[in-house]
Amino acid sequence: MTSPAPEIAAGDYAVEVEDLAIRYHGKPALSGVTFQVQRNEIFGIIGPANSGKTSFLRAINRMDLMTAGMEVSGSVRVEGRDVRSWRNPYALRQRIGVVFPLPVGLPLTIYDNVALSSRLRGTRRKADLDVIVERCLRRAALWDEVKDRLDSLGSLLSGGQQQRLTIARALSQDPSILLLDEFSIAVDPVTTMRIEEVLAELKSEMTIVLVTNLVQQARRLAARTAFFLTGELVEVTETEAMFEGGAQDPRTTAYVEGKFG
Amino acid sequence: MTDVAHAADRRDLAWWVDRAVQVLVLAGGLSAIVFIAGIFVFITREGAGFVFDRFDFREFFFSPRWTPTSSHNPTYGALALIAGTASVTGLAMVVSVPFSLGAAIYIGEFATGRVRETLKVLVELLAAIPSVVWGFIGLSIMNPLIIQIFDVPIGLNVLNSGIILGLMAAPIMTTIAEDALKAVPDTYREAAEAMGATRWQVTFKVVLPAARNGLVAATLLGVGRGFGETMAVLMASGHSINLPTSPFDSVRALTATIAAELGETAAGSDHYQALFTLGIFLFLVTFAINFAADVFVRGGQRKHRRRGRRPAASANP
Repeated sequence: MTSPAPEIAAGDYAVEVEDLAIRYHGKPALSGVTFQVQRNEIFGIIGPANSGKTSFLRAINRMDLMTAGMEVSGSVRVEGRDVRSWRNPYALRQRIGVVFPLPVGLPLTIYDNVALSSRLRGTRRKADLDVIVERCLRRAALWDEVKDRLDSLGSLLSGGQQQRLTIARALSQDPSILLLDEFSIAVDPVTTMRIEEVLAELKSEMTIVLVTNLVQQARRLAARTAFFLTGELVEVTETEAMFEGGAQDPRTTAYVEGKFG
Repeated sequence: MTDVAHAADRRDLAWWVDRAVQVLVLAGGLSAIVFIAGIFVFITREGAGFVFDRFDFREFFFSPRWTPTSSHNPTYGALALIAGTASVTGLAMVVSVPFSLGAAIYIGEFATGRVRETLKVLVELLAAIPSVVWGFIGLSIMNPLIIQIFDVPIGLNVLNSGIILGLMAAPIMTTIAEDALKAVPDTYREAAEAMGATRWQVTFKVVLPAARNGLVAATLLGVGRGFGETMAVLMASGHSINLPTSPFDSVRALTATIAAELGETAAGSDHYQALFTLGIFLFLVTFAINFAADVFVRGGQRKHRRRGRRPAASANP
């Protein structure tokens, strides 16, 4: 576990959140959230259901634009720039990879799933795409299992394979930030461990925000962890300290010790 | 212990209701089959005499001479009628496929909230316009319009009836195509949008390929609708026996021929039976089209089911 550098320049933050509040049809889902995520950090977010974790991720890549009734106030800066100042939100989303709780293998071939992002951005040459597809599938630890059947449907893979396919697809965007939303919910424990190893390697290349329902997963991966509870940020603490009784709030300690949630 | 079990094992009201409903539903399902089989048996019986005695395969399919009322030499060549129906239906598809696909994509993928609901209701309303009203529009609005724009002597032709039929078929095709788009899970759209795909890219690269079978089925059902339509085509096509060489030629459709001539024939005569033979032919073609559409829809469902089943064991929340 790397501990954060003592002094950090403002530009070194991958994500800066200030007084963020999210409402759905006027009903608050999250409010008063302020913290920063450093570059090349795995930042954990834990909390029980309905605590606002997923809403937070949706605000980062501006999914509020396509969610009826979702309002965001306060500011979210990605790489120093407010996400709402982007005139082309599609370009912003290309820089942010997202992995959803349930794996979404698009009803395309495995190859096309991973090549989709590059194709959307105008890469047409087969040779270029071949390189991208192989590299991303290798980094997602899926290549060996699918290299002989790249032409079969991605949506027919098993749950754990589909989730790695989703990660490969996110990596094909060449993102600077990777958002994972409870990725292991539909994945067997062995595959979960493999994906966790992949994430630990990816840290050197990108910033990872890991929303998880498994507090031990946050402990294994995240340098710092935020605890969300019923739409509010309870605290951000270095993960080890949080588990060693060093949490600032007794509710956090109770949650990580499994006393509720 | 066994006494308790014996006491519990009673055919109670719920058991009898369940049994009764099963019988009722079975009867409903069987009656649908009986009616369709009955219709087929009826038209086959009425046309059977002609099919077995007078039917000349080459004349029926390759001669354009349909002169059943000729006193000395009646001929029953259906080629012109088949060509009439095919040309009108073909043009109708050229008109309706872009319209209905465009409308379905707009309603299903782009419109939101009240606009979407309003459009859906309007499209369904369009589907309910009686065909005679469409025929009337062809006769009284399209006819002079075509004469004026294209400077042709008569505006009741393939162009007129094709457009009318296309507009008629478009609403039902839109509704079915929109259902096919709606069957594509939202998670696909969300995943693609999260990658930075634009709305159009999501539609074109992900949603349309996923809905392909349903869209083909929608088109085929539209073809079936066009093939079987009678009144509008009768009114707008000119109803003259012709092998069309241009969209401005008047034609006569199979269905319109039956509608126009059946009342004038003596039951059981050659002419009467020949019209029922046209009916058998129409029935078989429509059946084939609907069957093909059904195969496509099932193909799509099977893909979705398989997609749902395999990961579902672990993927269900």
